[in-house]
Amino acid sequence: MRLPAPRRITVAQVLPGLAAAAVTAVILGISFERSGDVGAVVSFYTSFLTVAALLAIISLGLNIQWGYTGVFNFGVAAFFLVGAYTAAIVTKAPATAGFENYVGGFGEDLNVVPALATDQWFPFLVALLASATICGVLAFVLSIPTLRLREDYLAIAMIGVAELLRRITIEEHGLVNGTRALGGIPQPLSGLTSNADYKYIMLALALAALLLVFVALERGVRSPWGRVLRALREDELTTAASGKNVYAFKTQGFVLGAVIMGIGGAMFAFQSRAISPNTFTHFFATFLIWTMLIVGGSGNNRGAVLGAYVVWGFWQATQLIQTYDLPSVIALRISFIRDLTLGALIVIVLLLMPRGLLPEERRVSIWAERQVRRLRRPPRDGPDAPAAPAAADEAA
Amino acid sequence: MSTPDAAPILVVDDVTKAFGGVRAVNGCSLTVSGGSITGLIGPNGAGKTTLFNLITGFLKPTSGRISFRGTRIDGLPPHAIFQKGIVRTFQIPRELKSMTLLENLMLVPPAQSGERIWNPWFFAWRVSRQEEAIFAKAMQVLEFVDMLHLRDEYAANLSGGQKKLLELARTLMCNPQLILLDEPGAGVNRVLMKKLVTDIERLRRELNITFFLIEHDMDLITRLCDTVIVMSEGAKLAEGSAEEVKADARVLEAYLGGQYR
Ligand SMILES: Nc1ncnc2c1ncn2[C@@H]1O[C@H](COP(=O)(O)OP(=O)(O)OP(=O)(O)O)[C@@H](O)[C@H]1O
Ligand SMILES: [Mg+2]
Repeated sequence: MRLPAPRRITVAQVLPGLAAAAVTAVILGISFERSGDVGAVVSFYTSFLTVAALLAIISLGLNIQWGYTGVFNFGVAAFFLVGAYTAAIVTKAPATAGFENYVGGFGEDLNVVPALATDQWFPFLVALLASATICGVLAFVLSIPTLRLREDYLAIAMIGVAELLRRITIEEHGLVNGTRALGGIPQPLSGLTSNADYKYIMLALALAALLLVFVALERGVRSPWGRVLRALREDELTTAASGKNVYAFKTQGFVLGAVIMGIGGAMFAFQSRAISPNTFTHFFATFLIWTMLIVGGSGNNRGAVLGAYVVWGFWQATQLIQTYDLPSVIALRISFIRDLTLGALIVIVLLLMPRGLLPEERRVSIWAERQVRRLRRPPRDGPDAPAAPAAADEAA
Repeated sequence: MSTPDAAPILVVDDVTKAFGGVRAVNGCSLTVSGGSITGLIGPNGAGKTTLFNLITGFLKPTSGRISFRGTRIDGLPPHAIFQKGIVRTFQIPRELKSMTLLENLMLVPPAQSGERIWNPWFFAWRVSRQEEAIFAKAMQVLEFVDMLHLRDEYAANLSGGQKKLLELARTLMCNPQLILLDEPGAGVNRVLMKKLVTDIERLRRELNITFFLIEHDMDLITRLCDTVIVMSEGAKLAEGSAEEVKADARVLEAYLGGQYR
């Protein structure tokens, strides 16, 4: 399943760029065709890109869990939901009106130093921290029973947990306002611009968060730490025979992934301004993320990001099609057809390129390679310097 | 042949392992002397691999005690036993398939600072320096087992014999006190095997590593081992030099009985 493709210049090498370009063209094309207005297209694409970036964060979280550690989490929605709701109830003002019922609401208390405009950023930092922490703790608690289960049982347990949490948000009326949704979620740095231009700030924040998460994860997985995670994914017994504490590392991978999903969920709440239990269905909050990772290439962080972009583009394109005058046979069934096309996409990708658009690289830990390259730098002593060891290296 | 220390490094005391009704290891007691190369032979299904799994923590004994350098190790998890200085190979190789040979080996060294996530994040230079040393070590070991040219090959693509060698190579990546080899010779070509025998002897001599190895090849056992322990039906049957064991009527009977009864 993870065996390497032979090395030659192939379609596979241009396909990642091609897929991204195609998605961009379709999105821009349809939205321009429908609106005929460049401003509207820019505005639409900005929001599109923002959501894609936030879903990419969640897909990166899943990549740590599945792509590197091999933990089969089929309940991404659990952490997505907890992250989003936590951020919402931390930053909102307390519930006052009779039709709103939720716990928390610390937004105004967190305006600690009004002179520094803390209302613009401090509650949001606290919210991010809270979302990350709560998701981390939740993952840790869940890991105690589930990580000792066989892979497929873990997946089933996580589906259950995700659904359970969603039911709680619906049934516990006083917790997060149930199915009436939690609206009016404040947005970071919203004082900087007019309402109409705020989306650019949000895009910048989303991209910044994505970049930060991406860099941190790249450092992590390309290190000895990531090496142990990948070893676990390959064979737990060998990893144990190499002196690694299997459960400790598995837990670390699972928890870090959940923390990142929590951060993505929190940012998603800021972007959406309103969240409801229906946002976090298995389809959107778990299956779509899995599709992103598999299409992009699990075991490759760039793949996880690319997959998020391509699949979100695909998903939005099928939505944009609805703006056309479709025959009623299709129009009536469009939402099922959309689901079906996503399923078809995942099957096609698995059949044609099972390792995704950007497969895992051969050399993942780079620290040592960096040293080698440094050692290989040609000696300055002259042409007679011993060349044999370097040659042996090159041959490898 | 150097004389092994008299003191036992490993003591297996009345150990039993039952899988349901089957007692794969049944009241087995034996000792391995420090600095020795001790062979473990016996018919198929005698319980040799199961005994290795018990010693290295992959299985918990149903009853009995196992101690290493005077401290109990039965019941400890595999990584804790590794940290005490016991490493093992698997009879059926378990390579990390979609990792390169280099990474298969670089995984092994204990106490890598880069295994704590905050070190690569905030103290990169530490990790970098350690990786350099581990890389050098891995290259050395790859050269030792004659697979330097396969450095960046996926372990999945190795041949059967090469996978056995990778198992052996893994044990050389740390500085163990006791190495348990489960049929190191199976599938490895004769020429290379001869070199490995010399190397095992050298490791024992220079680093005072104790070897405990399961092997069906009597030539290899005779050439290499100071002491040979024979297991049959889950318990120790005989012990002695290779010649003594070969001459033992009970051993012959166990082999013939075990296979043809
Ligand atoms: N996990 C297990 N569950 C049930 N039975 C087992 C298990 N592991 C081993 N056994 C049984 O224990 C007995 C001893 O097996 P073991 O692998 O230790 O033999 P061995 O001496 O290593 O043989 P060989 O020389 O063929 O490798 C066998 O009868 C085997 O079927
Ligand atoms: Mg065996």
